[in-house]
Amino acid sequence: MTINGWLQIALVIGLVLIAARPLGLYMAAVFDGRRTLASVALGPVERGFYWLAGVSPEKEQGWLAYTGAMLMFSALGFASLYAILRLQAWLPLNPQGFEGVPPDLAFNTAISFLTNTNWQAYGGETTMSHFSQMAGLAVHNFLSAATGIALALAVTRAFSRGAAATLGNFWVDLTRATLYVLLPLSLLVALAFVATGAPQTFAGAVDAATLEGAKQTIALGPVASQEAIKQLGTNGGGFFNANAAHPFENPNAFANILQIWSMLTVSAALLVMFGKAVGAERQGWALLGAVGVILLSGVALVYAAETAGNPLLAALGLDPAQGNLEGKELRFGQALTALYVAVTTGLSCGAVNAMHDSLTPLGGFVPLFLIQLGEVLPGGVGSGLYGLVVFAVLAVFIAGLMVGRTPEFLGKKIEAREIKLAMLAVLILPLAILGFSAVAAVLPSALASLANAGPHGLSEILYTYTSAAGNNGSAFAGLNANTPWWNVTTAISMILGRFGYVIPVMAMAGSLAAKKKAAPSAGTFPTDGPLFVGLLVGVIFIVGGLQFFPALALGPIVEHVLMLAGKTF
Amino acid sequence: MTQHLRPALVLLLLFTALTGLAYPYAVTGLAALLFPNQANGSLVIRDNTIVGSSLIGQNFASDRYFQPRPSATSTPDPADSSKTVDAPYNAANSSGSNLGPTSKTLIERVSAAAQAKRAEGWQAPLPADALTTSASGLDPDMSPKNALAQVERVARARGVAPQKLRALVETQISRPWLGFIGEPRVNVLALNLALDALH
Amino acid sequence: MSAKFKTRRTLLFDPALLIEAAADSVRKLNPKTLMRNPVIFVTEVVAALVTLLWLRDYFSATGSPFFSGQIAAWLWFTVLFATFAEAIAEGRGKAQAAALRASRSDTMAKRLIDPQGRDHLDGVIENVNALSLNPGDVVLVEAGDIIPSDGEIVEGVASVNESAITGESAAVIREAGGDRSAVTGGTTVLSDWIKVRVTAQPGETFVDRMIALVEGAERQKTPNELALSVLLAGLTLIFLIAVVTLYGLAAYSGAVPSVVVLVALLVTLIPTTIGGLLSAIGIAGMNRLVRFNVLATSGRAVEAAGDVDTLLLDKTGTITFGNRMASEFVALPGVDSRRLAEAALLASLADETPEGRSIVALAKGDFGLAEPEVFDARAIPFAAQTRLSGLDLSTKSLRKGAVDSVLKFAGLSSEQAPPEFRAAVDRISRSGGTPLAVVETRNVQAHAVGADAVAFTESELLGLIHLKDVVKPGIKARFAALRAMGIKTVMITGDNPLTAAAIATEAGVDDFLAEATPEDKLNFIRKEQTGGRLVAMCGDGTNDAPALAQADVGVAMQSGTQAAREAGNMVDLDSDPTKLIEVVEIGKQLLMTRGALTTFSIANDVAKYFAILPALFVAAYPELGALNVMHLASPQSAILSAVIFNAIIIIALIPLALKGVSYRAVGAASLLRRNLLVYGLGGLAAPFVGIKLIDVAVTALNLA
Repeated sequence: MTINGWLQIALVIGLVLIAARPLGLYMAAVFDGRRTLASVALGPVERGFYWLAGVSPEKEQGWLAYTGAMLMFSALGFASLYAILRLQAWLPLNPQGFEGVPPDLAFNTAISFLTNTNWQAYGGETTMSHFSQMAGLAVHNFLSAATGIALALAVTRAFSRGAAATLGNFWVDLTRATLYVLLPLSLLVALAFVATGAPQTFAGAVDAATLEGAKQTIALGPVASQEAIKQLGTNGGGFFNANAAHPFENPNAFANILQIWSMLTVSAALLVMFGKAVGAERQGWALLGAVGVILLSGVALVYAAETAGNPLLAALGLDPAQGNLEGKELRFGQALTALYVAVTTGLSCGAVNAMHDSLTPLGGFVPLFLIQLGEVLPGGVGSGLYGLVVFAVLAVFIAGLMVGRTPEFLGKKIEAREIKLAMLAVLILPLAILGFSAVAAVLPSALASLANAGPHGLSEILYTYTSAAGNNGSAFAGLNANTPWWNVTTAISMILGRFGYVIPVMAMAGSLAAKKKAAPSAGTFPTDGPLFVGLLVGVIFIVGGLQFFPALALGPIVEHVLMLAGKTF
Repeated sequence: MTQHLRPALVLLLLFTALTGLAYPYAVTGLAALLFPNQANGSLVIRDNTIVGSSLIGQNFASDRYFQPRPSATSTPDPADSSKTVDAPYNAANSSGSNLGPTSKTLIERVSAAAQAKRAEGWQAPLPADALTTSASGLDPDMSPKNALAQVERVARARGVAPQKLRALVETQISRPWLGFIGEPRVNVLALNLALDALH
Repeated sequence: MSAKFKTRRTLLFDPALLIEAAADSVRKLNPKTLMRNPVIFVTEVVAALVTLLWLRDYFSATGSPFFSGQIAAWLWFTVLFATFAEAIAEGRGKAQAAALRASRSDTMAKRLIDPQGRDHLDGVIENVNALSLNPGDVVLVEAGDIIPSDGEIVEGVASVNESAITGESAAVIREAGGDRSAVTGGTTVLSDWIKVRVTAQPGETFVDRMIALVEGAERQKTPNELALSVLLAGLTLIFLIAVVTLYGLAAYSGAVPSVVVLVALLVTLIPTTIGGLLSAIGIAGMNRLVRFNVLATSGRAVEAAGDVDTLLLDKTGTITFGNRMASEFVALPGVDSRRLAEAALLASLADETPEGRSIVALAKGDFGLAEPEVFDARAIPFAAQTRLSGLDLSTKSLRKGAVDSVLKFAGLSSEQAPPEFRAAVDRISRSGGTPLAVVETRNVQAHAVGADAVAFTESELLGLIHLKDVVKPGIKARFAALRAMGIKTVMITGDNPLTAAAIATEAGVDDFLAEATPEDKLNFIRKEQTGGRLVAMCGDGTNDAPALAQADVGVAMQSGTQAAREAGNMVDLDSDPTKLIEVVEIGKQLLMTRGALTTFSIANDVAKYFAILPALFVAAYPELGALNVMHLASPQSAILSAVIFNAIIIIALIPLALKGVSYRAVGAASLLRRNLLVYGLGGLAAPFVGIKLIDVAVTALNLA
């Protein structure tokens, strides 16, 4: 680790913190339906959309109707995306002449983009036409992120309102999130990406004659526009197979900083908005603090592990000062790579600028564990901060009793119904991750996909289901996931991780919204101070993470001690 | 649920048009106007031929050139399309090795490469980037140490004074902006172009 | 803490109680009843499983029966310790229940065949068993009889010994009509007779409910307990998934541990500590209330007490002593204050009310006046109608009393009173006191002789006596403590706003409700509740009933009417309105104990991982020994030690569960800081030390 490295990390965090507040306040205004500068241009578009869709924006929905609308929208989105992928050979903008995507892969991919997972069992540049990338995948980069923001709004209103029957209108929230937040930001960020070197063209590929006289086919495409929303929406589905490690997706350190900034800022702004909406900006910052503590611990561990490097390689004479460079790009450096690794997994983005499969055992342990914690840091844009709220509710419940009152979070009493729903949500991840992993670990046809043997192979299995159920999308990419078993089981994991989580959380939001808002007093459990931050971090670790330790002990943890002992597989 | 059908369908169509078509076309138009070079892939043209992209690494096997990091990219086997064969710096199919830290394959690969470097006269510690594959398989850069370690070989092959090449390498090192943003590195294609330009 | 409380308090671990609880704890192993507690139920199931495995090991001479036998034993102990905790908590209530039951058994009742009959001695009564009484029956209870059921006195007045339920042996008066008409089954009439209309269904009397409550027989889980149970069940399920799936994951690694070891991992991870102590905490909380002589009709009310934001307190009896005392003589200009004092003293000689006595005491104290020898005087005693008392002497009459009454006596309208007088009245009222006026009337008529003699009187206002409500010592500090806890205190009084404000300031309450009618109280409670606050109040009268019912916590006085007792969700057997504060504290303590032990239990898991995980896989991966940070002797001793720790921590925490965590009236933030430090960090650290120590012992004893 170097001072320069930490300075770069600090710079990115600083840029995020500077932007989070104004963006958060802007979002609070937009979702309140207040007029903003953008309303001049976008107001008529918004109203036009409602008119065409037959939506009365002032008519609000209860949790059931809100969730129903979200499910219907997702179902149609799935159907259309599946159709586009299957039929891409007959659709326009297919300069490379790709075939239709096979059924199991199309199913997996459609679920993947719908659930904001953006798990890619395919290589983009060898599978997808430009039309599939733009009108299929990129659209869902927007829509799954907007859906996540909408869900975040619903959860926010559960706390900001007292004795309310409704949580807002899904169609309105979805439309505003896309029109006022994601689209303008994407436009700006996309152009910034082009400025750093990301291509934006409808040409399929160019052939170059290399200096040695060979032919090099360089895949091109509308990269920057997809890159922007992929990062801003914490989607992570890259244009190319190597994702943000590809020099076109992520040309240099500036692009890399912009990538990390884009992942973090909207999520951080959502927390500011949450605080603003519940009437205590401090609350938003406290949640952000908890997120920051976990995230930065993760960054530090990855950074330390990767700069310490692989002793097996150092023994062969490789310069240990450079750290572990297998699967990394030189232009990012160890510090920003470590930051990227932790942020993309903590935030449920899933874009990668290094191959996670080749990280050192502890370096790989961090992203694995961060995803397993659930979508809490703060859940990313695509999953609407609900993971964090679930844990805040649990933390308040467990420790809140210690102040001698029925636990309440932001004035809402936490009772049996909320706990039941929160636990139901928390149960989904271990069930999907450990359940499928345990089966795959003994299934010969599944094991045939592994690229690595020994504990690392188990890590690949764990990572695959973790990424799917956690709706992350990054991978220990050595595992060949494009087989029927993996395509189907990861798709099921993605569905469980998304809808199995969201439905109980929305039911909880409905139940909380209906409660009266208790007035705060000196006897109220304070949820905006450092004490709460520490408590929340503890509960996230213990309730959200501890159950994975036996599995992790057999994967990255044992691999670490074996590596130190000089064992290979 | 049926009351959700119309808004779901209409909004899906509208947003597909807006974010799936209007948005990328708008970005493409603006990019072509503002940053035409980057938008088209930062292509490098010498003598009216595209010789590559300044962002994409390309393979150099000859001793006359500075050689980039190993690449793990592959291409479908022409004989059997279900298999792949190694194809370093295949810019149509980016990929890393995905080998884990305790992988025997990795250790054997690096071990063999390290032996070759030593045979070439390299001294430990060996530049790590010269022996490890990048994440994309298309890393355009190498570390200054790696470049300097190759000076002797290239000088021998080209019959130029090593000092001259060493100086050339120094001019090609891009340093961190403001002293801390980014990493010191050398763009292999640019270095080799400069090398060719020496003559 | 009252003296009574001390005597009622049972020893924490009475040997007889322990023996009974031990027997009960075995009885509670019945899986059917244990199913209510998912954590302990799972433990019992796996204990049975390991027992079978031990038998297999033992008879087939495979594996290591010594190890699996020990694990099985400790798993059974874990379950037993949990049931023991519950049994001992219940046992403490049972002693009280037994005493109550004694008062109820074999009671015979004299039922009136014709309730309208005038003479109860007519022989129109029949002797029936108390248990066969139905609501509406009227019974006759005479001196020496035990009142057979709860009811309302319809006729008569009697002194009643209520010690059977209150523990207070002093007799109380119960009479038909008014606020003292309710009687409780099981109490004894000492003198006279009463006719009582039964109001309770058989088996649902106050005493029955009380017995059921203290025994915990029909104990329903309280809302918060229910929520906590859900959380614990959820955690159990999560760890069940983690352990079961370990089978497949470990198979990949060729490191499948034995079932016994996996079970050990499961049991140490699921929250057995809090799971085992949860019901004991709840029962102990109820018992604490009972020891304070407060009876809650539901556990829900006890929890709600902890949540109270606003406390409505009656001024009289709670904040101030029941009566006012003279504190100052205010002489009018030109009147010697000694003369005023003398007049006040004389006028009050016949006033036997506490106020009157306090005037005498003040005059004697402040002016050193001796009890005057009065001859030829006629005492005018204090009467509620005239609101005056005084003394008629041969030459003059002295009166003291309410200002308007005195003015009327003197034949003055309030405008005719001197301005200084009016100013003083105002000042005293404003300060929260009650002014009493003193007047001297020279009765000239007494000397008149002859037919045309003119009779006239000459009145002179001497001054005022300042009567003050005396605020109970220490009450201000208690309110400050409540404020620190975030609880707002509101004083309710029939006084005018001026007086109320002054007393409110002196007592340090946050708000007051002056000239309060029952409707005002009800509206105030509703307003607070709309603002998201929980309200507690106490009351005794029938007209308090709506407010008691509306309040989230309504404490009815045992001495109050049946209506009030039905409306409230707690009854204070001592009829002491200050109890409300204790009730709140007990509610808070109950919740805190639950939270502290939950946090402790969950935090324990971290250390248990460090003990068990390396041991679990060290056979397949010896390198994992590096994680054995506690340097436990062997994998088997590590697993055994963790299981033993897991069992005995339950026993070790029983005293805490029963006594409750120590409570101090400070704000939530500092409470949380302290408890998080003790039970959160303590919970992280304790098992590291405990498991290590047990491991040393286990190794020394060659148990593993």
